[in-house]
Amino acid sequence: MEKVVPAKDRLLKSKKSWMDGEVRGRILVFLSAIIMIAATISITIFIGQKGLQAFINNGVSLIEFLTSKIWDPTNQKNPVYGALPFIFGSFAVTFLAALVAAPLGIGAAIFMTEIAPSWGRKVLQPVIELLVGIPSVVYGFIGLTVLVPFIRDHVGGLGFSLLSGMIVLSVMILPTITTIATDAMATIPKALREGSYALGATRWQTIRKVLIPAAMPSLLTAIVLGMARAFGEALAVQMVIGNVSKFPHSILDASGTLTTIITLNMGNTTFGSVDNNVLWSMGLILLVISFVFILIIRYLSARRKI
Amino acid sequence: MSVFTITDKAFDVKDFNLWYGDHHALKNINFPIRKKEVTAIIGPSGCGKSTFIKTLNLMINSIPGVKMSGEINYNGQNILNEKLDLVDLRKNVGMVFQKGNPFPQSIFDNIAYGPRIHGKKRKRDLEEIVIKSLMDVALWDEVKDRLNAPALGLSGGQQQRLCIARALATKPNVLLMDEPTSALDPISTLKIEEMILELKEKYTIVIVTHNMQQAARVSDKTAFFLMGELIELDETSKIFSQPSDERTEGYITGRFG
Repeated sequence: MEKVVPAKDRLLKSKKSWMDGEVRGRILVFLSAIIMIAATISITIFIGQKGLQAFINNGVSLIEFLTSKIWDPTNQKNPVYGALPFIFGSFAVTFLAALVAAPLGIGAAIFMTEIAPSWGRKVLQPVIELLVGIPSVVYGFIGLTVLVPFIRDHVGGLGFSLLSGMIVLSVMILPTITTIATDAMATIPKALREGSYALGATRWQTIRKVLIPAAMPSLLTAIVLGMARAFGEALAVQMVIGNVSKFPHSILDASGTLTTIITLNMGNTTFGSVDNNVLWSMGLILLVISFVFILIIRYLSARRKI
Repeated sequence: MSVFTITDKAFDVKDFNLWYGDHHALKNINFPIRKKEVTAIIGPSGCGKSTFIKTLNLMINSIPGVKMSGEINYNGQNILNEKLDLVDLRKNVGMVFQKGNPFPQSIFDNIAYGPRIHGKKRKRDLEEIVIKSLMDVALWDEVKDRLNAPALGLSGGQQQRLCIARALATKPNVLLMDEPTSALDPISTLKIEEMILELKEKYTIVIVTHNMQQAARVSDKTAFFLMGELIELDETSKIFSQPSDERTEGYITGRFG
C-alpha cells in the first residue's frame, strides 16, 4: 500500500506555492502564534520567579503569607507578611459582585433573547456596549463621589467598604456576563423552544425548565469570566474599598484586595527588597487563580450540551 | 369535493384564510378531520401544508405578521377565539416536528416534561406515564435500562420516537406530525409508520408528508394542497386510484411537484 501524504503537505510542495505566498503566509501565522505563546510563558516564568523570591531569598514563611491575618511589613523588629486579608478581600468582592451581576446579567440576556428580541436587543445592546467602554478609573471616580458618601450617610460605616467595591465591580462585570449569556441563549436551537411550546408550556416554563438548563454550562462560563474580570480589577476597587490591611468583619468594613495592595505599594517599595518581593508573591497568587478560572471555564465548555 | 358525512369530527376547519404579511398562504380552506383516523396532507413545497398543520395547535402564532380569518373548530370551539386557553389546546393537540428535538435532558425527564408542566408531580404517576408512552412508541425495550441517560445520545430514529412519546405523555387526543420521517433512514421510517397504524386506534393523527407512498401506506384520508388551496380531500384509496381533480392526478403521477 502506498503511504498517503496529507493534502496540506502536498500543497506546500506544489511549485506554485511560493508564487501564491503559501509558505510566507504560513510563516506569518506561525510567528504570531509563537510570539503569543512565548509572551505568555515568559510572563508566567517571570512572575513565578519573582513571586517565589520572598519565600526563597527573604525567608518569608509561605504558610504565614497564606494564613496570617496580620499585614505589618513596616514593623522594624518583627515584620509580618500575612496576605490573608487581601486574598479574602479579593474573593469576597469577586463573589459578592458575581452574586449581584449574575442574576441581573442573565435576566437581561433572557429579556433580550426571549421576551423582547426585537426592541430589547436594540435598546440594551448599546447600553451594554457603553458600559464596556467606560474606563475603570471613571467607574472608580463615580463610586468615590456618589457611592461612598451615599453608603456613609444612609447605610453606615465609612463608606469605603466591601459593599462599595461590590457595587462598582458588579456594574463593571455586568456587560461581560450579559454579552456571553445573551450569546448562549441565542445559540439554543429554535426547535427546543418549539418542542416546549407545542407541549403546552408557557413562556416562563420554557425559559426555566428547558432553555436555562440547556444553556447552563455557557451561563456558568459567563459568570466565571465575569468573576475573572472582577478578581483582576484594581483601579476602580482601590478607589472605593478603603485599602486597609485589616481583616474585614462586615460588608460595611473597609478592606483591601490583592490588586489594590499591589498598585498602592509598588511605588513605595524598592525593587528587590522584601516588601517589593511579597507584592510579587501576591501577583503570583493572582496568576494562579486566573489559571484556576481558566480551568473552570475549560471544564464548563467541555460539558456544553448543545 | 365529496366530503364524508361525519358527526365525530376532531377538527372542523371552515372558510379559513391565512396571510403572512401580504402573502395569501392559505385560501378558503374547508377541512373536516375525523376522529381516530389518519389524515395525510400532501402537496408540493410551499403549498401551505406545513402552515396548515401548524395552525391546528396555533404554533403559527409565534410567527410575526400572521393574519387569519375563518373558523377552526376543535371539539366545537373555535380555537382562533382569543379566549380559548392555548395551554389546554396544546396539551390536547400534540405535535411532532420534522427533526427530533429532544431537550438536552435525560430520557425520563424529556417524557415527564409535559405531565410536569401540567401539574403532575408524584414520581409514581410520572413513572407510569413514561413507561406507557415509551411502550406506545415501541422504544421501551431499547431504553428501559437507561432512562436517566441523556436523550441526545439516542439515534436519530430513536430521538424522533422519543419526541412522539413526549407528545403522547400529555395524553392528547390529536397528534400532528409535520414530515416526521423526512430526516430518517428507511428502517426508522418504517418503524414510525408501523407505530402510526397502532396509534390511530387511540388518537386522531394528521400527518404532513412529502412521501406519497407514505401517505398511501398509513392514512385513511388524504388531502392534496396546491398553492394555498385544498384541491381535494377524500379516502386515501380513492385519491390514489381515481382522483376527482386532474391537478391531484398530475401530482400523484409525478407530472409536477
